[in-house]
Amino acid sequence: MAMETTKLSIQNLNLWFGKQKILNNINIDIPENKVTVILGPSGCGKTTLMKTMNRLVDLQGGARTSGKIILDGEDILNTRRDIALVRQKMGLLSQRPTPLPMSIFNNVAYGLRLKGIRGRKKLTPLVEKHLIEANLWDEVRDRLHDPASRLSIGQQQRLCLARGLAVDPEIILADEPTSALDPISASVIENQFFKLKENYTILLVTHIMRQARRIADKVVFMYLGEVIEQADVHEFFNNPKQKMTRDYLQGAFY
Amino acid sequence: MALCNYYRKRKLMDNLVGWWIRLMVFLVVALPLFITASLLSKSWLILGHISLPELLFSSVWRPLAGEFGFWPFIISSLWVTFIGLSLTAPVCLLSAIFLTYYGSRRLLGFMQPIIDILAGIPSVIYGVWGILVIVPAVGKYLAPMLGYESPGFSIMAGGIVLSVMLIPFVLNILIEIFRTVQHDLLDASLSLGASKWQTIKHVVLRKSFAGMISAFGLGLSRAFGETIAVLMVVGNVVGVPENLFQPGYPLPALIANNYGEMLSIPMFDSALMFAALLLMVVVVVFNMISRRTIIYLESRQ
Repeated sequence: MAMETTKLSIQNLNLWFGKQKILNNINIDIPENKVTVILGPSGCGKTTLMKTMNRLVDLQGGARTSGKIILDGEDILNTRRDIALVRQKMGLLSQRPTPLPMSIFNNVAYGLRLKGIRGRKKLTPLVEKHLIEANLWDEVRDRLHDPASRLSIGQQQRLCLARGLAVDPEIILADEPTSALDPISASVIENQFFKLKENYTILLVTHIMRQARRIADKVVFMYLGEVIEQADVHEFFNNPKQKMTRDYLQGAFY
Repeated sequence: MALCNYYRKRKLMDNLVGWWIRLMVFLVVALPLFITASLLSKSWLILGHISLPELLFSSVWRPLAGEFGFWPFIISSLWVTFIGLSLTAPVCLLSAIFLTYYGSRRLLGFMQPIIDILAGIPSVIYGVWGILVIVPAVGKYLAPMLGYESPGFSIMAGGIVLSVMLIPFVLNILIEIFRTVQHDLLDASLSLGASKWQTIKHVVLRKSFAGMISAFGLGLSRAFGETIAVLMVVGNVVGVPENLFQPGYPLPALIANNYGEMLSIPMFDSALMFAALLLMVVVVVFNMISRRTIIYLESRQ
């Protein structure tokens, strides 16, 4: 296997909501330009972990953390920098598509404008580029100024992907991005991830084992706020070390 | 056999309940129609004697001479409502944003009962408070400061008292509306690098725009019809006010002050009913316009 560089490193991360401990001593290295899948049953802390990485967890009152999350040599959990700038390094794709209440064009242009890019002339080619990148351009080129809510759910999710890519992130955080989609839209998104990992580091949360097997390079298995096992995808599925992992893979508990 | 009986009973019950429900729904639908019809029939007399444009736009109000021009009352109502709503709107909007997105959950929990209490205070108490505080404040300070003379009892005093009364009403609706914006949507905007205020401006306000229109629309209807508190501070002098610091005489006050008196004057009774009809029509039209706007805006999203 080729040399891996670590893009994002989570070190001794703990997280409490009030008195309840949600994440317990998490240590994960996320390799650059790979798809890392966080696998685990519902309620195991996958989503919280993801929201900690781009600090959206700050918004939920009463969250307290300890440990480090290191991105490009900077501990983003305790940084003094404007958190909005850290968030722009990571594109977020959530469970259900979240089109902003504006036109298709403006949805993609939103992040660009936030980065200070103004004017139709500059925005138009960039919007086109990212819609192509998200495999949506051909379907919307004639109605860029329609409200985004008129798109189908699958198209909306690809729009959200385009919107996320437009801020030029280094990492894509995807939280069960296909769970609300039909199988065809889901496979479009999955195929997109294959292409995108050439340029981006992808972190995908899912509870679907087959999806993990299809697109993961590395798998992290979580249960009740703890990392049980993490390994290369072949290693993980063919030769799991932990008993709990084996049980989960055989569907013994959910 | 017993089973057959049971089914028959059940069917009977179903029918009974069905008809009961239909009757109740019919009542709810028929009531406003009935009220409108009786107002219309009562004001028929004056509508037969004086043309509608003259009734609406003439400023001459001499009941003894049989001249009924409602313009002074209409313009007073419009001004009081306008002032009330435009003072309320920014206060409610900003406090609702603060309480839902900036303040702690505990603060909102603390504020909500206070808002409910404010909403529950009888309007006559707002009126008394208006006489004690707002009327002198307008007469002694606000009007002279802006270079006007004012007896205190004025359109401005009515508008200010009204705006205070509207705050809990509009604020409650706005808080509800802002809370329904999904968290995912905020997360999406923030993760693209937007600041909190940018997210509120571009996402929350836009998403709740239709709801905001309806909140203000409801406030408007309520303001237009508010009677006692406004009546107590507005001065009740017939005449088109020269400026906002002069007394006015809104429509609800006209009805409340005069109904049951001076009924010996021909057509006076009918004139008051016409005022009531006018009030009703305006409120219904306000409501319909804001409803249409909401439907339009929602289809645009």
